[in-house]
Amino acid sequence: MGFVGLFCATLLGLVIGLARSSKNAPARLLGTIYIEIFCNIPLIVQLFFWYAVVTQLPNPRNAIQIGHVMLTGRGLHFPGLNVTVLSAVVAIAIMIAALFVILWIAVARRFGRVESARRRLLSLGVLVTGILGAAVALSWGRIPETPLVSLPELRGLNIRGGFQLRPEIYALAFAITVYGAAYIGEIVRGGFKSVGRGQVEAAQALGLSPWRVFSRVRMPLAVRAMLPILINQYVWLIKATTLGIAVGFSDFFMVIAGSITHSGQTLELIGILMAGFLIINFSLAAVLNRVNRAIALKGKQIGVAQ
Amino acid sequence: MTDLSIHAPDPSQRLWRRLRSEYFASPLGSILTLVCVAILGLLIWWVLDWTLFRATFEADARAAECRANGGACWAVIANRWRLIMFGIYPYDEQWRSALACVIVIATVVLSCLPRMWGIIRLAAIWLFAALAFYILMKGGALGLSRVSEEQWGGLALTLFLFVSTVVIGMPLAVMLALMRRSEMPVIARVTGLFIDAIRSLPLLAILFTFAVVLPFVLPAMLTGEKLYRVIVGLAIFFAAYQAEIIRGGLQGTASGQEEAAKALGIPYRYRISRIVLPQAFRLALPATINQIVITFMETSLVVVVGFVELLAAGNAAYNTGEWKFAYVEVYVFISAIYFTFVFGLSRYGAYLERRMNVGRR
Repeated sequence: MGFVGLFCATLLGLVIGLARSSKNAPARLLGTIYIEIFCNIPLIVQLFFWYAVVTQLPNPRNAIQIGHVMLTGRGLHFPGLNVTVLSAVVAIAIMIAALFVILWIAVARRFGRVESARRRLLSLGVLVTGILGAAVALSWGRIPETPLVSLPELRGLNIRGGFQLRPEIYALAFAITVYGAAYIGEIVRGGFKSVGRGQVEAAQALGLSPWRVFSRVRMPLAVRAMLPILINQYVWLIKATTLGIAVGFSDFFMVIAGSITHSGQTLELIGILMAGFLIINFSLAAVLNRVNRAIALKGKQIGVAQ
Repeated sequence: MTDLSIHAPDPSQRLWRRLRSEYFASPLGSILTLVCVAILGLLIWWVLDWTLFRATFEADARAAECRANGGACWAVIANRWRLIMFGIYPYDEQWRSALACVIVIATVVLSCLPRMWGIIRLAAIWLFAALAFYILMKGGALGLSRVSEEQWGGLALTLFLFVSTVVIGMPLAVMLALMRRSEMPVIARVTGLFIDAIRSLPLLAILFTFAVVLPFVLPAMLTGEKLYRVIVGLAIFFAAYQAEIIRGGLQGTASGQEEAAKALGIPYRYRISRIVLPQAFRLALPATINQIVITFMETSLVVVVGFVELLAAGNAAYNTGEWKFAYVEVYVFISAIYFTFVFGLSRYGAYLERRMNVGRR
């Protein structure tokens, strides 16, 4: 969920940063208004606001329905598969691994010598293997004597079947997107500002089209300039996902205090939580730093933003 | 004679040219301009319509009237603002809480004035303010009745958390930064490890540790009131970040400065306090202001460990059956308060940055 939030925040932030650094005055103004509003209000206030908005949506009886997707104050319901949790996790893991391998083939220098047609064939093969593997995992974990796809439907006062996404989760993802986009927008603007005028003018003088100037000259240089700051921001946003606790369990404090007096296990739990965060943050920073090194140190030609 | 004078272009023509170059440079640009202007216009109209034209201002209005008008229902603020501002502080004593807020805000504004910059002056006004705030809020002296810390709430609590975090955290940060660049490797390494560990943890985990776990680990005499434990947690978190900022400033000051001072035989404490630190602070100023602003926003996290500060008080304000529908108004009100403080602080930061740059250009 944190990664979904990060991804959306990056996209929205890119749009806002571009609006802020464009020549068009109304677009600049819109970007400024957005950033000033969402940067200057604490994330947790925004989170509570979005949470209040999503929980005040209609009750299951008059749910907002688009196709088989239902939106109510109790969550977002959409069609799911009748499989065990374990097999679903395995299937998703296989898909992600396949995507990473494809990315690796596309980016890594080791495959640079292999000609591009064979490389394409190789990635296609990996993709097909991934899909097949995921399908096998799913069919293996299928709950017997139920239809494969379960659709959400109204039964009594509640909605049964399908897959339910709790409101806390998408409220948090939404809040992180909106808030993170404001900060990332500023970072993007800083990145574009740091690209020398001479570079752009030289590219124009060479007769490159505006799109090529943007995608081949301004964007790569801006990405190089903003990546270190962006890494910090990502780490910060990942840490901010803990705020889900604030809305998810409004008196988590009491629960913890109670469970400490009962079992004394919470110290270990908090220890595990902290260790988990250390690992996630350090590895995220390590991966992004590696990317940063790859594009920053050598002054050679670099690929389009990755 | 050739006429070399350039005719000043007609102002209307100039305006037209500017309009063309900035708004209608290309077909795509014109479409973008029109779309953005349309969005802006819609937004402004929608906000004005909701907050003013169709809003309900009468304090005794209830859900039915507000629904009929269709706009914002400011009656909820009129009825519940004391809860939002003061939390569960005893009703008859709330003037004390208000006065305490005013004192803190006045002190912050005073210490923002360049005239007040000096260790002795700053320390004096802050000591006075802290004393006045504490006596007003806690009572038990000068004929004021006693109010325990658990009943503090609303804006006063938010301000108290913020100010004490910064006041405790800043010296701690300087200390940590100096220890990290110590010449003794053990001290430098341990401090570095400590700072990095704190920085990679979410603030929430630290707050939990200090509010919940600490009483079970420490002997009873060391635990103290929950409020003060949380402040210590916030201060350590702030100090870890601020220490890195100061270290950046220290690295930015030319090493010749310190070496020259050493050569002159100036003792360590003067070398640091009169020569190195002032220059480091000057370099680190923009980041410091930024960090202070973030700290102000992060005080709202204490809602999770059960304090009734501004945000929690706002949640309580609309969480009664009567006002359940008016959550947007309450959040707009709280956001406006936060926005005022944060925006003011960041503008002040920008002003300081300009002022500091004057001497260098």
